[in-house]
Amino acid sequence: TTFFLAVLQVLGWRAAVGAAWAVLLLPPCAAAFVVLSSADLCRPLRWVSDSFNDLYTSYTIFCILLMSVVILVISIFNVEFYTVAPSIPCSRLALIGKIIHPQQVIHSVVHAIMGMLVAWCAAVITKGRFQFLALPCTASESLDAVVSYVCLNEYHLFFLLFGAFVGYSYSLLYLVNNMNYLPFPVIQQYKYLRFRRSLPQLVKHSCVESLYLVRNFCIAYYFFGKCCDIILFLHKIHPLDNLAGLLDLSLFYHTWLCGVFLLIPWYIAWLLFKIYATEAYHFPVQPTFAEETDQCLPKILSSNPPLIIKFLALQDLMLLSQYSPVRRQEVFSLSQPGGHPHNWTAISRECLNLLSDLTQKLIIHQEAAATNGRIKQPSPGEINKSLNFPGAAVIEEMAFQAHRSNVLPRTHMPSLVKSLSPLKTSTASDLGSSFGSPFTSPALNRKPGILDLNSPWHGSVQSPHIMRRGPKLWTSSSGGGRSVPVILLFLLCIMEKLNPEASIQAVFSDAQMHIWALEGLSHLVAASFTEDQFGVVQTTLPAILNTLLTLQEVVDKHFKLPHVSSKPPRISGSLVDTSYKTLRFGLRASLRTAIYRITTTFGEHLNAVQVSTEHKKRLQQFLEFKE
Amino acid sequence: MCSLALFPPPPLLGDVTLYEGNNALVSGRVLETLPLPFQSQLADLPTLTIPKETLKAHSRLEHSTKPAFIHHRESLWKRCINAWRDVGVCGVLSEITSAEEEVLQWVKTGSRYALAVCHWVSSLHGSLFPHLSLTSEDMIAEFSQAVDWAGCSIRAFAWHPHTSKFAVALLDDSIRVYNTNSATVPTLKHRLQRNVASMAWKPLCASILAVACQSCVLVWHLDPTSLSTRPSSGCAQVLSHPGHSPVTSLAWAPSGGMLLSASPVDTAMLVWDVSTENCVQLQWFGGGGVTHLAWSPDGSKVLAATPSAVFRVWEAQMWTCERWPTIKGRCQTGCWSPDGSRLLFTVLGESVIYSLSFSEYKGEMQGQVGGPKTASIVADLSETTFETVYGEERIGGEVHSMVWDPSGERLAVIIRGNPGSRTVIAVFRTRNSPVFELLPCGFVQGEQGAQPQLIAFHPCFKKGALLTVCWSTGRISHIPFFFVGAQFPCFSPSHSPMASLSRSSTRVREQPLFSEL
Repeated sequence: TTFFLAVLQVLGWRAAVGAAWAVLLLPPCAAAFVVLSSADLCRPLRWVSDSFNDLYTSYTIFCILLMSVVILVISIFNVEFYTVAPSIPCSRLALIGKIIHPQQVIHSVVHAIMGMLVAWCAAVITKGRFQFLALPCTASESLDAVVSYVCLNEYHLFFLLFGAFVGYSYSLLYLVNNMNYLPFPVIQQYKYLRFRRSLPQLVKHSCVESLYLVRNFCIAYYFFGKCCDIILFLHKIHPLDNLAGLLDLSLFYHTWLCGVFLLIPWYIAWLLFKIYATEAYHFPVQPTFAEETDQCLPKILSSNPPLIIKFLALQDLMLLSQYSPVRRQEVFSLSQPGGHPHNWTAISRECLNLLSDLTQKLIIHQEAAATNGRIKQPSPGEINKSLNFPGAAVIEEMAFQAHRSNVLPRTHMPSLVKSLSPLKTSTASDLGSSFGSPFTSPALNRKPGILDLNSPWHGSVQSPHIMRRGPKLWTSSSGGGRSVPVILLFLLCIMEKLNPEASIQAVFSDAQMHIWALEGLSHLVAASFTEDQFGVVQTTLPAILNTLLTLQEVVDKHFKLPHVSSKPPRISGSLVDTSYKTLRFGLRASLRTAIYRITTTFGEHLNAVQVSTEHKKRLQQFLEFKE
Repeated sequence: MCSLALFPPPPLLGDVTLYEGNNALVSGRVLETLPLPFQSQLADLPTLTIPKETLKAHSRLEHSTKPAFIHHRESLWKRCINAWRDVGVCGVLSEITSAEEEVLQWVKTGSRYALAVCHWVSSLHGSLFPHLSLTSEDMIAEFSQAVDWAGCSIRAFAWHPHTSKFAVALLDDSIRVYNTNSATVPTLKHRLQRNVASMAWKPLCASILAVACQSCVLVWHLDPTSLSTRPSSGCAQVLSHPGHSPVTSLAWAPSGGMLLSASPVDTAMLVWDVSTENCVQLQWFGGGGVTHLAWSPDGSKVLAATPSAVFRVWEAQMWTCERWPTIKGRCQTGCWSPDGSRLLFTVLGESVIYSLSFSEYKGEMQGQVGGPKTASIVADLSETTFETVYGEERIGGEVHSMVWDPSGERLAVIIRGNPGSRTVIAVFRTRNSPVFELLPCGFVQGEQGAQPQLIAFHPCFKKGALLTVCWSTGRISHIPFFFVGAQFPCFSPSHSPMASLSRSSTRVREQPLFSEL
């Protein structure tokens, strides 16, 4: 695992550069805030001169420094929480489980505190009636009282609470919208252009969201403001928790501006992290020096790196197969001495393993859907674990997914309820056998020649056994009192309305990897027609065709299942990327294109390739453009 | 430089160009059939005529169902909301201004002034980019590759890149798909399929057709084995983006994944990931829009023409672009050599063909287009007089559209005539390597009175090149060019029709040619 450190270090540097840019963009944001917050349309000259004076005051500079610290904290959280394969809650219960998970609670609390800090900065910069928390009470009856009393400035308090509210909402939306998901770009572009493209959207999104947050916060403040007064015995000069107090246009404007001022730098930090982390990474195909052997593409692919490195490696494979003849030549080259096509063997084996893993996963999903009429699939976290990390490095997103397997029983709810009754004690084994069957099905005949005992594919075979453990855990824990858990489970079942769409999305959550594997493999095979001097690709062509055609069959079958929509849902062009919802459509299209790419390049020559008669028929259809 | 004066005279009046064999275009009467060895090559290609009269005119011009109901005056508030939804701010303002109800006088006055400001700003914008003041139908007619888009029965034509199948978009907004191997002719109709400007088949795919419509891009998923003649509109994916209409040009990535769409009113062109309906905007201000797209066959570069005197060449890996200002007018059309190393383009207002050669694409030079500093003129198409039996004939003018055959051996050009001359198709012989050469081949003539409307080369014709021409009469004819390619010579002599035709003598002229040497 040590050789991933070099790549992870690069990623760390990228995140740091992203955070640094976010901090550098802070002063312009602050300047815009100063100008807008002191807006005075009646006296424009004075407005401009005043705001320029305000920019250089010591407290503005202090606030900018403080906000830089806030941005750094936010960036650290972005780095800690990112994932390349989003965990999609399949039901409401799972979502609640995610929200109350300690890690998420820490995330929310820290964001709320950060929000409060930013709001304090905003209040200080805005000046006027917002600047101080406590003010001498001038409005009291007697003059003596002025000296002794210090009253609460509720405007300031309103700001601080609003900041905390926005921070908490940001954290909640971050979770619900899967904003920790790193979507890889459809087309390669320079970082600056990607940033510039998203910036207008970002500003618009922040403005609109701030508007909604102000509305929600005002409602909350109106209802809960009174309670706070009673508890804290506060003395206020301008009480705000009545309708008249809240219907203050200036207050509304400044609060909204404060929300925008808070959200824009945070979103910028988040956007820059996404852009920097998903930038293509150039892995060498062939090591120039002996010590670089561990960092080259075939090695990285065939080991079990952290998921982000695997994604970057596959992305690089896709790019090199498509755009770089020189690097393709390295892939097709033979080892010196020995004359073995190690590079090609490692790359093709890994891609095929990935694809047959997906075939497995889909068959399990389909069988589960077919046997029970509803979908019971293992939690994606668990599958990921068994597939990609058989005891490999534990990294951030693993930790994030691992907790989800604690909430695991939700996916087995029907069998759970059954297993409570003593008559049906064999449910667990039933479940196991129903999952066991795919491994005897003929569709899964592994292609000969590429069987690697150490391959992670074998990990997936074990996943049903892991799943079998789920129900047992629950029955043992509910062994004490019977009636209470039954009611509890009944309640849970109500919460437990599995969303079929979400569970399908969960199956395809890491499909980006498979899409790249398909594209990389098919481009390499197509290029081998003219560029492969030693014929190294020919030896694996039957296996590749077998895998692709099997996957094609399974994917076709998947899209014929009930509940599966055949058209992607409309994606609103918002800032939050929901591309993980449509990955399966991308997979279907690129699978078909990949097969066509191979068939159109090789044409009639494919008739000489050894494949089963069924696949031969399928290939013929592809050759005639009838698929 | 190659000029029209070097061309052989056009065929006799009433003759129709039939084919090219032994280095010369052969013409004859319409009823004359092709020589026997050629017939088998074209046996299954449908030659058809779709006259304008047979197409049913629009039954209803209005898109909504409004005229079917009794007119009912809604309240001002509701009308404003409707206007906001349909037209936007300007609609609301004009609705308030023209309101008869009791509205506050100052609101009315204010909206009148605001409306005036709106009009002034838009007219200012229009004076910068005059095309923005056109209606969307006129705009499509202006920028379409069809010579007479508005009046002819055929509006767009597209060959499937791998099989013998083509789609024809007709005046009545329907699309027909003809397949040489089946008798069923699916007719595609959709509520949103109006004023089709362009079509493109997805490469590396059996049957996905992208259609550029007035308001959106439609992507039809046709089942190649289906026998249905009216695929339901459920087979169509609608790709729309605010501010991106009318769409006048489409281009699929040759590797099959992405679709580019362009609109003359949108400065950004959109890169669609069609399967997931995700789109990425490629914004580059200046030019006022994008009118025509051409993706090089090797997938490395994209030509994007704008309505003003500038065009851009995008490099399709990192999506950076090179800007090419032209002197006279906008870039009307362009086409790429098969290896993507050379771009031929024409400019409105000049009757010449320009050439740009790009350094060979290696893939290691990320984000560089690699173009030269200036474009060179390779052909002069200014008006020339030919002596024919019936007297003088004048041919020449601006180029309207231009296609290069997939083997890079023939270039067909529609030359739009001035009032004195007629619209013709000129065909050049070309060679791209080792040096670029452009030699005259001849003029292609249709039936009497037929003007060329659209041209396209068959993407995988084995015996040379096959030019499909849509004529203004609604006729679609196929003109084969039989030759042995220089790059991929055909090794089986029995398949070559040349041997059997060697008796027909052709005069081989020594011509001064365009050559880089």
